[in-house]
Amino acid sequence: MGLRVLAAMSGGVDSATAAARAADAGHDVTGVHLALSQNPQSYRTGARGCCTLEDARDARRAADVIGIPFYVWDMADRFKRDVVDDFVAEYAAGRTPNPCLRCNEKIKFEAVLDRALALGFDAVCTGHYARIDPDRGALLRAADEGKDQSYVLAVLTSDQIAHALFPLGDTPKKQVRVEAAERGLLVAEKPDSHDVCFIADGDTQGFLARQLGTAPGPIVDVDGTVLGSHNGAYGFTVGQRKGLRVDRPAPDGNPRYVLSIEPVSNTVTVGPAAALAVSEITATRPVWTGCPPPLAPVECSVQLRAHGEVYPCVAWLDGGELAISLRAPARAVAAGQAAVLYDGATVLGSATITATR
Amino acid sequence: MLPEAISAMTEELAQLGNPSSLHNAGRRARRVIEESREQLAEVFGARASEVVFTGGGTEADNLAVKGLFWARRGADARRTRVLTTAVEHHAVFDSVRWLCDADGAVADWLAVDGRGLLDPAVLRTALARDPASAAVVSVMWANNEVGAVQPVVSLAAVAREFGVLFHTDAVQAAAQLPVDFAASGVDAMSVTAHKLGGPVGVGALILSRGAAPVPVQHGGGQERDIRSGTLDTPAIRAFAVAAVASARRREAEALRVGALRDDLIRQVLLAVPDAVLNGPPPGPQRLPGNAHFSFPGCEGDALLLLLDARGIACSTGSACTAGVAEPSHVLLAMGADESRARGSLRFSLGHTTTQADIDALGACLGEAVTRARRAAGAATR
Repeated sequence: MGLRVLAAMSGGVDSATAAARAADAGHDVTGVHLALSQNPQSYRTGARGCCTLEDARDARRAADVIGIPFYVWDMADRFKRDVVDDFVAEYAAGRTPNPCLRCNEKIKFEAVLDRALALGFDAVCTGHYARIDPDRGALLRAADEGKDQSYVLAVLTSDQIAHALFPLGDTPKKQVRVEAAERGLLVAEKPDSHDVCFIADGDTQGFLARQLGTAPGPIVDVDGTVLGSHNGAYGFTVGQRKGLRVDRPAPDGNPRYVLSIEPVSNTVTVGPAAALAVSEITATRPVWTGCPPPLAPVECSVQLRAHGEVYPCVAWLDGGELAISLRAPARAVAAGQAAVLYDGATVLGSATITATR
Repeated sequence: MLPEAISAMTEELAQLGNPSSLHNAGRRARRVIEESREQLAEVFGARASEVVFTGGGTEADNLAVKGLFWARRGADARRTRVLTTAVEHHAVFDSVRWLCDADGAVADWLAVDGRGLLDPAVLRTALARDPASAAVVSVMWANNEVGAVQPVVSLAAVAREFGVLFHTDAVQAAAQLPVDFAASGVDAMSVTAHKLGGPVGVGALILSRGAAPVPVQHGGGQERDIRSGTLDTPAIRAFAVAAVASARRREAEALRVGALRDDLIRQVLLAVPDAVLNGPPPGPQRLPGNAHFSFPGCEGDALLLLLDARGIACSTGSACTAGVAEPSHVLLAMGADESRARGSLRFSLGHTTTQADIDALGACLGEAVTRARRAAGAATR
């Protein structure tokens, strides 16, 4: 007996193929396109965006081809509150958020899942590349490591994962495109979406400047010497090298990088690459899905940004916070990003980075 | 489509001939067009020469509202005022808004009451305030969402007193009510085929001879130089066949459908005691095939999904291009707040509706409303 499955369909090839696979697997599938923009663009600008009218049409066409009912759910208010406003507030606080992760946590697997469950559905299906261990209910990396999206799903709780379906986790993206074409899905050749979907022109700095206004402040070196000025500390990310507009070169002639962003004094501190090295990380709001909350330090590995490197580490709980000690230093770790702990391909848990040393 | 309309249309599709051509095939097609025009005129109480074919109800409404406005203002620059209601179909509603935004018109949105009805006294007051500035009045015959039947005869008489042209969108009324153009006293009336069991994509603007709208689209001037475009002979033939058949059955069908509708209301209120019937009570002020409810605490689109899954098709009202349900402008104009407007569903009954359909709705509505309420609770977290 199949499940009653709500397939979130963005209008892209992945979610369309995922919905088709769920239907093939014998589930009773209903497609839903989430309208997330308060002012939907009529047409895509480039390949960006997941909430244009054209994307809604692509999703509807795919549902028609698969032969499933299809609806549009207006989640624009929730999306603005939980993703867009949060994104802006995080930057304003000197952190670097990941809005895709936030959208999975608050929209797809909270707002949508809650509504789906209330309406009598059993699960929400998406086109994410990740697998779920059927025995333990743990989240696993996708078979296609280049496409793996377990990092942006690692914020999900065990309960959320228990109601999730990721039919593409075992398949390389290339093969998904071939399969979509064989199924007659017209989005088979549609380019992947990139960047932040609610910033249509891809200009994050411009978007933040419009939201937050200009707030000039100093750029200083580690000694506190003022090297230049900026129009808003929110415009910087730890590890950033370009666009610093520092007049004087460093004494040693080496490039400078953003080391930290201090929102209260509106100060951006820059320094040499060596100063970006981080070996201790503190992270908040830990979620454990691949193991119980550990009572003793755990030997594992950690990923610190989407598609980022994986570092061997020891992790333990310190009060309610997660403490991570890296075996070898990592470079440019930004507060606001998720620290996701892995044991091999298994996601053990995740937490949001608050401080680094 | 009615079977007789389908066979008339398919038969005609196999025939050759542009009704504007002078050769034999053209003359044959022209004869079909003119016979259809005469049949439609008879059904709608008009002269054949008053029937202007269009590509459907939306085109007829655009032609009437914009064309009559342009004609009257063209003749007298002071006439910039369009009087209409906020419960019109989008074909009229958005035409008026466009005239205001793009072409200097001033809209007088006449207030309807809580049932969706316009009191002729409201129209009289609005016209009397400044009769010389009025260009055209447009009030629908019957509302497509809540089924309210407007007092068109009285309204048209008021407009006539002030010498202002009166248009009515009778698209929704034509299938269910006796719609008589001449007896109603209106100057222009929109109808469409697919509401009568005919094909989509063909309709007519019935125009009294004194009303000469400025064309919206230009070309060969096939229809009295008011409407251009090659006439679609098969569709027009099927339109006439459907209109004749629909008129023949209308009275009996209205009784049958009205009784089913009354039972639907009974069953809905039984299953969901706090449901609210929107629009006028069953009777002459309401279309027999219409029932429209607000379900407090529900979102209409959640209910629609649940009922759709059980084979029951209903409608939440208007949808924007992306398919996002928007609160009905009709309910808002009737004084509903946004949450009540969003929690509303329309049930339409027609010639295929049976008692079994009503019973099926009665059997599953209660559970669907319970679930939809739970979903609405989840959404506000």
